Amino acid sequence: MNPIQPLLLAEFTSTSCIGTGVAPTLASLVEQRSGLTHCDFETVKIDTHIGEVPGVDAQRLPTLLRIFDCRNNRLAELALRQDGFLDVVDDAAARWGRRRIGVFIGTSTAGIMQTELAYRARDPISGALPRAFEYGTTHNSFSVADYIRRRCRLEGPAVAVSSACASSAKVFGAARRMIESGLIDAALVGGVDSLCLTTLYGFHSLQLSSPAPCRPFDVARDGISIGEAAAFALLERPSEKANGDSILLHGVGESSDAYHMSAPHPEGLGAKRAMQAALDAAALAPGDIDYINLHGTGTPSNDRSESQAVTSIFGPTTPCSSTKGATGHTLGAAGALEAVISALAIRNGFMPGGIQTTRIDPTLTAHYIKENRRAPLRRVLSNSFGFGGTNCSLIFGRAG
Amino acid sequence: MKLFGYVGGIGVLGPGLNDWPQAAAVLSGHQPYVAAPTILPVPAMLPPAERRRTGRVVKVALAVALEATSNAGANPERMPSVFSSSGSDGHICHEICQALALATREVSPTRFSNSVHNVAAGYWSIATGSMTESNVLCAFDASFVAGLLDAMTQIAVDRQTVLLVAYDTEYPPPLHAKRPIPDALGIAMVLTPERTASSVAGIAVTLTDESADTMADPELEALRLAVPAARSLPLMRLLAGGVAGTVVLDYLDVSRAAVQVQPCV
Repeated sequence: MNPIQPLLLAEFTSTSCIGTGVAPTLASLVEQRSGLTHCDFETVKIDTHIGEVPGVDAQRLPTLLRIFDCRNNRLAELALRQDGFLDVVDDAAARWGRRRIGVFIGTSTAGIMQTELAYRARDPISGALPRAFEYGTTHNSFSVADYIRRRCRLEGPAVAVSSACASSAKVFGAARRMIESGLIDAALVGGVDSLCLTTLYGFHSLQLSSPAPCRPFDVARDGISIGEAAAFALLERPSEKANGDSILLHGVGESSDAYHMSAPHPEGLGAKRAMQAALDAAALAPGDIDYINLHGTGTPSNDRSESQAVTSIFGPTTPCSSTKGATGHTLGAAGALEAVISALAIRNGFMPGGIQTTRIDPTLTAHYIKENRRAPLRRVLSNSFGFGGTNCSLIFGRAG
Repeated sequence: MKLFGYVGGIGVLGPGLNDWPQAAAVLSGHQPYVAAPTILPVPAMLPPAERRRTGRVVKVALAVALEATSNAGANPERMPSVFSSSGSDGHICHEICQALALATREVSPTRFSNSVHNVAAGYWSIATGSMTESNVLCAFDASFVAGLLDAMTQIAVDRQTVLLVAYDTEYPPPLHAKRPIPDALGIAMVLTPERTASSVAGIAVTLTDESADTMADPELEALRLAVPAARSLPLMRLLAGGVAGTVVLDYLDVSRAAVQVQPCV
């Protein structure tokens, strides 16, 4: 892949179990606090830990958009209200025009929980779903992108990217292409995925969820902790707004495993290919990357495969960690959440250590860090991989 | 702002549309349209163990993707792809929601793995051995143009040949009443930045405020409105007839896509 034109990450916000908005998120990362708790979600009876965002159920949507009401869009609304993000979007619309801003949102399950609930309330005779149940504005993958474009009154192209746990990393690729093509000038990119029974029971059925808080790269790691999150960024062409402290998207690299639907390539060949493609797109060498925010889910096979892929490109010295011990695996929102965490790490000059991990697996050769490290960071790479063997690596860095 | 490219190989499968040559004959008016249930082939390109696990959404997507790449004489192994669909596997979704409504809540692990929206892209990658990137999109009823725009920007920006696959399948009851897609339908095309020996037509895509073109045949018009991937039918009609012209395709509430077609003769 040829080098790409860097794009400005003009503003960003995130809401997850470690913080509603960037200030508490940063504080949690600095203090190495986890948001994982034992699962008491809805009627779920699984011995596992989850990363639940407080206040989602209480969040209300604007009256005119009530048809979109579901947990996923409530989480989107809650997150959009943080860090003045709605004003940021309005300001961008004034500068670029509403038709010149696209919306690209990653999600894996959107508001499928509405359908799960509707199936419990079927008509006992006809089997029909409740009359009040709306499919298109809640369950459908596009519902969250449609909600956000209407909420922000944006009129450019809009799409949901839904490739499992790589979804909201891949939105950066789709938005980058559309901006560079000239069809739009800016993009609201992000990811929203909320807790639901499908993923909690689904990962449990695959024996991929841990009873304990997940411990990425630990010798005793035994699965993921599912979390929920919404994270957004405004991506635009660099302008006079950019200065030395601005965060840029330097590279996007994508690949497929061509291996298995739910297991990563054992040697991490797809992951390696995505990281190399991101480096090529950014015109950077492996030594230019100061820190890697790993996909690091905490399953035995994922961490092994990713460690091999990382080491094969970066060797055993580039510091890396997974922040999923803090946030849980937020699935389709993980790419955008970890893009925000990467941007916070660059802006505040620290590498977030991987919490929950006590003894690093000695067979994993990547340089995993458990404690926070203060260091000026110029370039950070963030990995997101998903079911179906879909991989995406992003590189962020300082403009100056 | 226009996005330019060339349409190479095409694949079509849907109710009463069995492949591109037959669909082209119907769309260009040389054959009457006779509605009939979509006949989905077994994806022979997958290893037997994987083949057994595939549902209708994978079957329709792989069938049209294979027809398009074969017609283009292109090796899919090195081709990035865009898979755009208004939903994932409706039958799996139904089975999972049904299982979750019972006290036992036993979800099948295979069904859960195959419930992801990118299930067809995943199997395509496994079947072809392709490690290139695949973008998997959903824009509800606007999914065809959403996929077309993403593919066209890849051509414009990265100068790569891209496989576009747009497809939808039905939900079983009771979800069917809420999302009444009648049957499986898929459309695939190989899009190239430069004209090649297999190019059918050059296209230029732009956003417009004009309203979408319709199909003259009432049954094809009903199909266009019922299946998001069939919103492409006015474009497919032009490509089938080998005539120059511009069609407007349905997209979002605030915009449509105008596609200018220039046949390669």
